[in-house]
Amino acid sequence: MRRALSEISALLVGDPQADRLVPPTGFTARLTLLTSAIMAFLAVFALALSLAAGRLAERWGEELSRSATLRISAPAEQMAEQTAAALRVLETTAGVASARALSEDEQRALLEPWFGPDIPVETLPIPQLIEVIEGDPGYDADGLRLRLQAEVPGAVLDDHTRWRRPLIEAASRLLALGWLSIGLIFTAMAAMITLAANAALAANAQVIAVLRLVGARDSYIAAAFERRFTLRALSGAAVGMVAGLVAVWFLPEAQEAGGFLTGLGFAGAGWLWPLIIPPLAAGVGFAATRNAARKTLRGLS
Amino acid sequence: MIELDNVAYSYGGGELLSGISFAMQPGSFHFLTGPSGSGKTTFLKLCYGALVPTSGHVRLFDRDVRTMSRDDVAMTRRRIGVVHQDVQFLDHLPVADNVALPLTVSGRAHLDELANLRELLGWVGLKARADALPPELSGGERQRAALARAVIMSPDVILADEPTGNVDWEMSQRLLKLLVELNRMGKTVMIASHDLGLIRAAKTQVQARVLRIANRQLHLAGADL
Repeated sequence: MRRALSEISALLVGDPQADRLVPPTGFTARLTLLTSAIMAFLAVFALALSLAAGRLAERWGEELSRSATLRISAPAEQMAEQTAAALRVLETTAGVASARALSEDEQRALLEPWFGPDIPVETLPIPQLIEVIEGDPGYDADGLRLRLQAEVPGAVLDDHTRWRRPLIEAASRLLALGWLSIGLIFTAMAAMITLAANAALAANAQVIAVLRLVGARDSYIAAAFERRFTLRALSGAAVGMVAGLVAVWFLPEAQEAGGFLTGLGFAGAGWLWPLIIPPLAAGVGFAATRNAARKTLRGLS
Repeated sequence: MIELDNVAYSYGGGELLSGISFAMQPGSFHFLTGPSGSGKTTFLKLCYGALVPTSGHVRLFDRDVRTMSRDDVAMTRRRIGVVHQDVQFLDHLPVADNVALPLTVSGRAHLDELANLRELLGWVGLKARADALPPELSGGERQRAALARAVIMSPDVILADEPTGNVDWEMSQRLLKLLVELNRMGKTVMIASHDLGLIRAAKTQVQARVLRIANRQLHLAGADL
């Protein structure tokens, strides 16, 4: 570890004399910078997607799992009785933190998006809803269903599992997809830097031959290339990351109406995550160049 | 210092050198001659570890090249100065930096060494061209710069492959004089050349032995040259 650190610091500080030995190449340098920047930009979005998907899965999981709804469908004259019976059952059930029948106003608010305001809820045969908040540890849903069936035949317990499962599944798939994208982005970056490094090594065949002839060790020759490509990957990725962050910053805020799409982006400490992209890109650039250089040098006398 | 023991070398199918045994004595001055394509360059490359023999053993400073790592070869080259006919430089760096290159890559480019650099450039007559870029040099200047680069590490051995191939007679005499001076300072010198005039001229200045490659074999040429 310490050796790796000293190697990295030596790489960043550099040997100004060694640095001059390889002539600067404008074209590959610019292409490497550009590609690193683009890849970092894309990585920011993949990261935003992953983090948002992770948050979403967590939120849905949390919110929906802690509450359940008991729906009581009964003839109007039995409604109050059944509701009371259901509340009694719930109050004596272990794992239920609280249970509360929704008032008419609350029920009206729930229906408003579909029927508009001022519907006469009381005249409609709509079921009574009871909100059940789960305690910790939770209740046994199947056991509760059996008890309700016996005492309140018109009650249906909906613990939201049906809703939750596909949503959480979708969110975690999205999360996996996001991380996969990040992996692919860095793989593509490694491939590109390998190609660029190979081009640079081929273009500098004479320089390498001369250095070898006068007694330069492979590590010394390789370092001249490693340093260049590492710094290019680092600076390109830094620019791309900043651009990506700015773009994410201007995405619309998370809104109730927009649902999941507007939640894309970073939250709180999540804004720090993209900061690992440039060092990671530098690491990828370093490893790719080292590999390419060592391979090329081994082929020379 | 450089020993070849029953060495053979083949390129692809054909054998270029075979059954070559030779030991380079410290302080000696050798010419290596023979027709073009006879294997002079290959012989020199075997001597500085650029090639590994197909059979037999090459020992550089008592180490078999087959057992040497790439880093060992690099370290050995700091003790063997090489001058090629088509000498290559780092074309984007001035002559002075190119001559100092062996110091740079071995981490010895200190101030006191750089004083030697000026002296060395003066010795090969390139003081005025120190800031020129290699592509701006004439053939003779390139060879002298190469010689300066080959000796800046104060190597034990100097191997020169047709150092006078691209220069006129006067310049070849000047280069020869420099190599003879190095030999007088105790360096071991080997020059591959098919220029018999050069060899004759050298024989008047130094006790030179002439090796000849013919029919894949190395022969010690007689006194007829």
